[in-house]
This record gives sequence, C-alpha cells and structure tokens, in this order.
Amino acid sequence: MNFFVDNLPYILAGISVGGQYALIAIGYTMVYGILRLINFAHGDMFMVAGLVMVYLAASMPIYIAIPVVIIFTVVLGCTIEVVAYRPLRSAPRMSIMISAIGVSYLLQNTALYVTGGLTQTYPEIPWLAKTVTVFGAHTKMVTLITPFLTIALVIALVMLIKYTKIGMAMRAVSRDFETSQLMGIDINRVITVTFIIGSLLAAIGSVLYFSNYTGVMPTSGSMPGLKAFVAAVFGGIGSIPGAVIGAFIIGICENIIKGMELTVFSNAFTFVLLIIILMVKPTGLFGEKNIDKV
Amino acid sequence: MSKENILRVSDITMQFGGVVAVDDLSLEVNKGEIIGLIGPNGAGKTTAFNVITGVYAPTNGAVELNGEVIVENHPQGKMKSLYKGKNDGKYKNVKVPTPDKITKLGIARTFQNIRLFKGMTVFENVLVAMHMNLESDMFGAALRSKKAKIEEKAMREEAMVLLKMFGLENNKDDLATSLPYGKQRHLEIARALATKPKLLLLDEPAAGMNPQESAELMHLVERIRDEFDLSVLMIEHHMQVVMGICERIYVLDYGALIAQGNPEEIQNNPRVIEAYLGVDE
Amino acid sequence: MTELTKRTKSILSVAVCVAFLAAVYIGDMVVPPTSGMRMLFTVLEKGSIYALVAVSMNLLNGFTGLFSLGQAGFMLIGAYTYAIFSIPTAMKDSVYQYFDGGLIKFSITEILGNALGGVLGDFGVMLGEHIGMIFLMLCAGLLTAGVAALIGLPVLRLKSDYLAIATLGFAEILRAFFQWKAAGPITNSSNLLRSYTTYDTPLFPLISAGICVAFIVLLINSSYGRAFKAIRDDEIAAEAMGVNLFKHKQMSFIVSSFFAGFGGALLAMFQSSVASTPFTSNMTYEILLIVVIGGIGSVTGSILGAYLFVACSEWWLRGLDSGTFLGISAAFMRPGFRKVVFAVIIMCIVLFYSRGIMGNKEFSWDGFLGFFRKRDRKNRKTGKKKTSAKKHNKDTDIEEEAR
Repeated sequence: MNFFVDNLPYILAGISVGGQYALIAIGYTMVYGILRLINFAHGDMFMVAGLVMVYLAASMPIYIAIPVVIIFTVVLGCTIEVVAYRPLRSAPRMSIMISAIGVSYLLQNTALYVTGGLTQTYPEIPWLAKTVTVFGAHTKMVTLITPFLTIALVIALVMLIKYTKIGMAMRAVSRDFETSQLMGIDINRVITVTFIIGSLLAAIGSVLYFSNYTGVMPTSGSMPGLKAFVAAVFGGIGSIPGAVIGAFIIGICENIIKGMELTVFSNAFTFVLLIIILMVKPTGLFGEKNIDKV
Repeated sequence: MSKENILRVSDITMQFGGVVAVDDLSLEVNKGEIIGLIGPNGAGKTTAFNVITGVYAPTNGAVELNGEVIVENHPQGKMKSLYKGKNDGKYKNVKVPTPDKITKLGIARTFQNIRLFKGMTVFENVLVAMHMNLESDMFGAALRSKKAKIEEKAMREEAMVLLKMFGLENNKDDLATSLPYGKQRHLEIARALATKPKLLLLDEPAAGMNPQESAELMHLVERIRDEFDLSVLMIEHHMQVVMGICERIYVLDYGALIAQGNPEEIQNNPRVIEAYLGVDE
Repeated sequence: MTELTKRTKSILSVAVCVAFLAAVYIGDMVVPPTSGMRMLFTVLEKGSIYALVAVSMNLLNGFTGLFSLGQAGFMLIGAYTYAIFSIPTAMKDSVYQYFDGGLIKFSITEILGNALGGVLGDFGVMLGEHIGMIFLMLCAGLLTAGVAALIGLPVLRLKSDYLAIATLGFAEILRAFFQWKAAGPITNSSNLLRSYTTYDTPLFPLISAGICVAFIVLLINSSYGRAFKAIRDDEIAAEAMGVNLFKHKQMSFIVSSFFAGFGGALLAMFQSSVASTPFTSNMTYEILLIVVIGGIGSVTGSILGAYLFVACSEWWLRGLDSGTFLGISAAFMRPGFRKVVFAVIIMCIVLFYSRGIMGNKEFSWDGFLGFFRKRDRKNRKTGKKKTSAKKHNKDTDIEEEAR
C-alpha cells in the first residue's frame, strides 16, 4: 500500500502517458498489420501535429485550431502514404522501411528549419490544463481525461473494424494482402482509411501529450514514436487491444522508473521490455503465430 | 543379400497445432536405391522432407541415418494433449538439430519451388554449398592464407566439375535467376550435390518439364546415383518418371502411408487408385 | 579495346592509391589553414570515417541481409573507449570536474609516448602516441565487438523488422548507460570528453579507414562472404546447404560492430571532443541513407555515398544555410534549409533511384575504362573533357588494391 501511495503521482502520470502512447501505437499497429511496414515517420507526424498547433494557436482561437490540426495531420498522413509508400508497394520490404526512415528524416529536418531548432511552447488549452486533486495528488485535468478518452476512442475503433464494411475489408487485407486483392477489395482505399485513422488518433494523442509537456521540439516525436511502436510489439503487432494494453504498461512502468530517480533509463527501459518480450514471446501478448512455408 | 540401410524414418508425426500433416510415417531407403514418395497434393510429402532435413522438428518419431539417430522428438508442453498419434511414450530423447547440421551429416535436398540464391552467380551458388567443409577460419579466408588459397582453389575446381556435368559451364557467371527454368532445376541438384551427400532428397525435380526433359532427368538421376554413390528419395508427380526409375514407392494420403511396394504393385493397388481418383459414393 | 591483365590492374591501383595519398599529404602541407580549400580535407577525413561505418553497415544490411539499426550505439562505444583511455592525466581533473578526476587515472597514449620518448626523444613521443592511438582504436573495436557478441545472442534470432527495432533499442540502452550518473567516473555522464590525443594529418583517418575497408572487401569476396550473401538471398536454402545461420549472422554482426567501433574511435579523434547526445537513431539513419544512396550491396557505392553525403552536408550545400547558393540569394535560405533540401534529395533517390549510385556493382578497372571508352565515343564530336570522373575512384582503389 505504501508503494502505491508513494507512487500515486507517477502512476497517474503513467496512465495518462500510456493513453497517449496508446493513441500513437494504434497507428503503428494498424499500418503494420496491413502493410507489414514499421512506419518510422508516424512519431514525427505526431511531432508535426504538435508544431502546427503551436503556430495555429498563435493566429486563431484554440477551439478552431484543434480541428484544423487534426485535419492537417490526416492530410499529411495520407500524403505521405501516397507519395512515399504507394510507389514502393511491390518493392522489397526493406525499401519501404528505408523510405519511411527517409520521410522521418525529412519531417525532422523540415521542423528544424521552421523552428530554427528552438523549443516551441505549446499553447495552454484552458480546460485541459486545469489542476485537479485526486486522492491528495495534484494533477492536470488532461491526466484524468486521457485514459477515458483513449478507451472511448479504442472502443469506437474496434466497433468500426468489427461491424462496418470497411472494417471487414481491413481485417481481410491484414490477413492476406494478395488474396483480398483478388477478391475485389480496393487495397488502396483500405490503406488510405488506415492512415486516416492512424493520423487522426496521432493528432488527438499529440494534443493530449503536449498539453502535458508544454514544449515541442523537432525531435520530440521520435522517442514517443519508438515507445508507441514498442507498445504495439509488446501487445502483439496487428492487435489493437494489445497495443493499448502495451502502451499503458509502458507508460506506467516508465513513470515509476522516473520516480526512482533513474530518469536516464526510462527510455532504455522500454527497449529492455521490448527485448524481453521478443525473446520470450516474439509474437507479443496477443499476436498470432506465423509459420514460414518452405 | 541384405541391403545396407541409409535412411530410416520411424513413426514420424508432424502436427501444426491440431492439424496432422504427417501421420505416423515410417519409411526406409537402402544404399544405392532410388525411392519414390508420391501422393495427392497436400498429402504431406514436402512436410516429410522438411522433417527429415530438420526444417521442422517432428512432433513425435525418429529419423536415423546410417543407423545413427539424427532426429528424435516426443510431444512436449501443449502438444502433449494435442498429439493424435499412437506412439506416445515410444521415443524418449529430444534431438532436433538445425538443417545445416543434417546437411553436414550427409542429407542434401532440392526445393519444390526453386530456391536458388538470387543475387549470386551460378558458380557462386555451387560454391556456397561447399562452404561448410571449409577449414580456414574467417581471418585465414579473408587474408588469403596459404591454406585458404589451396582450399578455395580446390573448391573452385570441384564446382567446375559439377557445373560441367550439368552442362552449366557456359552459364558460370550468369546470375542464377537468369537461367531458363529447366537449368535452374539442374543447378539446384548440382548445388545439393556439392554438399557431398550420402542421400539426396529431390522435391518434384521434374515439375514443369515436358516429356522429353523428364526423360533426360530420369537418366540424370540414375547417373548421379551411380557416379556419386548415393541414394535418392524423390517426391514426384510425373508417374512416368516415378514408375521408370524408382525401385520402391511409398504413397502418402492425408499424411498417412497408404501403400508401399514396387511400381507394379503400386499401380494396381486399389487404395492408391482411390486416393488419386476418388471413389463414387 | 585491350583488356588489362591482373598485374597491370594491381600496379595501376597501387599507383593511383600512392599518388592520391601523396597528393593529400602535399596538399595538407601547402594549403594554408585559412583557405576555403581546407574544407576539402575536412570532407576527406570525415568522409573516410563515414565511409568505413557505412561499409560496415552495408556488410550487415546489404551482404548478410540483416536489417540492423544499431550502428550509432556501436560507434558510441568505440568513441568513448578511445577517448576515456587517451585523456592525458594532467587534463583528467578538468575534464572529469564533476567526478573527482574520474576513475581511470592513466592515459595509454601518454604512457607509451613517455616510454618511447625517454629512449628516442621527440620522435619517440610521437611514435609512442601513435602506437597508443592504434592500440586504443583496436581496443575500441574489440570492446564493441564483444558487446555486439552479447547483444547478438538474443537479437540475431529475430526476423527482419523485429531485428531492426531491437538493435535500435539496444543502441538507445547503450546511450542511456553512457549518460548514467553512476557511470560518471568513467564516462563523465552527459558531459563532454575532450583534450584527448588526436591525429594531426588527414592521412591518418584515410589510411586506417582504407585498411579496414580493404579487410571487409576481402572478407566479402571470401567463402565466408558467399555464405553471408546466401543467407541474405534465402535463409532456408542457405541452411539446407550447410550454412550455420546463427554462426554466420553472429560473425557478420561482430565484424560489422568491430569496424563501427573502430570508426567511432576515428570520429572521436576527428571531432576532438565527444558526448553521447549525437549518437542517436538519427545518426544510424544517416549512415543507412548513405548506404542507400551508394547502393545496398555495393562497397564502392557506400564509399562514394559517404563522401558525397559529407561533402554535401558540410560543404557544397552550406550556401543554402547562409543565404546565397549558386549566386542566388533568398530570404528563405536560412539555417536548416540545407538539411531540408538534402532530405528531399534523399527521398528522391529512395523513391526514384532506389538502386543508388552503384546498384550492387563494384568498381573495377575494366568497368572504369569501359565507361570512358563509351564516353569518348559519345563526346568525340563535342570534344568535352573528362575531368568529372576523376575523383570518382579515389578511395575505391584502396579496396581495389587489396584484391
């Protein structure tokens, strides 16, 4: 009980960060499920969403800026897909991954150019930044909102995938890319929808994440991005509930480690976790096993 | 005159979860024999090959080469309750070597869907198969020690002999995948022979060949058997080939052995005809 | 249309190599420190180091088919190993000011310099220091290789993208370790390491990187190299041909890491101060992009790619940052613009020219001369001079010589 009380602020922060990672992780896991591609640029898109918010908030009210940011991110995500991934659809997997790394490099350098390398202060969103007290611990409203919002969005997404036509197509494509193409599923449409969903959630995640951290840098996307990816692997890549659970676990553990004054290892810990899970259960918590055909 | 045994497969069961791909298969290959393994598509022939060559660890059963057990396994963990075979408890040891170990022991194979090294030349494809017998270590080989130079020269000469035998010497420096289909099949056999096997497993060597080509292949297989002093186990769908050169034939259906015997016996076996043609209900 | 004999080719290679090194040596003496041409030497030095690291990455990615993204982490180990053991004792207190002068109280280069200096005077000091530098560089490589061997045990059993992400993760763990406060007495935590012994002629990185690249090329062209390529092309077939997958993957991984560590030590010398902050995944990505620009599976390509990459980012495209490029001035050309242009160029290469400069081909004299013959025929009428391809082969002949 003592441990719990001592660590309450960290656990709360962990749940909140976990929810934000979860929103990014879904983008990774869905894209990987369908294209078998680690979309290295996804984390940077999250960063770009943060930066755009900074610049938009300077010239328009926050309640207009938020939807504009979301739309912008979705358009950006789809553009990246069309320009950088679509032409390589039949290329070896390594090429697409390299293209993703190239996009990540481009986005970061562009952000570096635009910001001049300075940390940009994230605008304060009035309601989210309100301080509240839970069990005697002070925290921002955003910390409380995040897990609920995340879970609501995930439930909506799972319903979409389970009960709609496009959801069925997505499941089919992730099961077997070629056959579903032969069955008349418009692959490109499915992929575009995947990127729309992924970018949408990343944009929402970015609003929540940066509200907590206040500063946006050109490199602030890469670490959360990698962590979210680890979360996706942890939960079993391709599985949405897996990614969400993985993200919460990573968020909480990371914050407890920060609480133990081992902050430099909070990033490293994520990867230790990754390596352990890959050794013990390479398919992740909820992943499915693939047998190579000879 | 009793024949010397080369390969003995005993009670091999291969299950993927609850799916039984190979069901209690036992077969034998004696020295100098060409043995056929036939059966309808999906009967588990290639899976049997994969078990013998170590690609899959069998759920239960053992494989012996020259009287020595090279693979043995029994159901473990989750498989214990899923195992559907009849030989529970018969095999106690666990010995599941990786395929390269088995190749070293003297079993070489070709693949049903040609698996040549795409980015390498015809010559290099054969040389790779000789790599496992190299004695020089990495530094010796990289810094071209005297020993490494001698070894490399010997490898190149041997590889050339093999290429000539298969009529590939003029394609030596072509990319393996630029060869016409028939020659690719030949190269696969040459590459397998470069590992100096005692037993050669051919997985549908005549697939996609016309009658004339498959007739040539038959002679080639016999020639290989004689010149390299080895035994052959082959999966093949061309009945002309199988009936023409195999001394004995095993027939698989749904993973289980349904018949064995010489070509004539197999041709007249009602169960084989049933498996291939089906029966009217 | 005469074909060159093997002998002529090797003589030609050695000659070009020696001439080139002599030119660098003389150039280094002649060009004053203030001249803009000094940039050329920076590019040569840094380019050679990047070339080595890129070739070592290519050995893994291009020749063994292991998509590993741990290169920055391995360079970090190499750079730190070198720096930690060559900081002069007199400087320890100021470098390790937050850690009581650090835990390592000696400097290998200093010890050797003093030892030989006592016997041979000034020349002895120089000789001793250089022996110490080479010794430390080898130690840096060996330590890195040792760490890689440990990392490889679990990681190399993973498949393609999982391997990529796990190696990336390990690189990040390494970086965290070097920044850790508790390791401070050795690594100086997140503070700079500086004042250590460095080389004083561009020939040093050029020659040492050249020898390393030559070794990698020899390895690739040996029987082991063929086994690597077999694994790259088809793991299952390679295993069926008796190639021990794990052993060979491990071998390639360790050799690659050795040279990454070695390259890291060289980079530490080049920079003359080192901190763990820049050794992030971004550095790995840059090296990967060099490999891609040059052509995955071509050593020559990686070398050309490295020089091009360094020349562009350090020199040719500098103007984009300072406001004037090719005589055009514009307000949008402010710091950072160069990198954006650069990233766009790289994206174009990845998308439209994915084979890179060399594809998977290598430099050869036959190909080189053939190229000129073709150009000659084409250009006979216009009478164009063929100077542009001159620097085309500068370091490639080091590797060529080794064959």
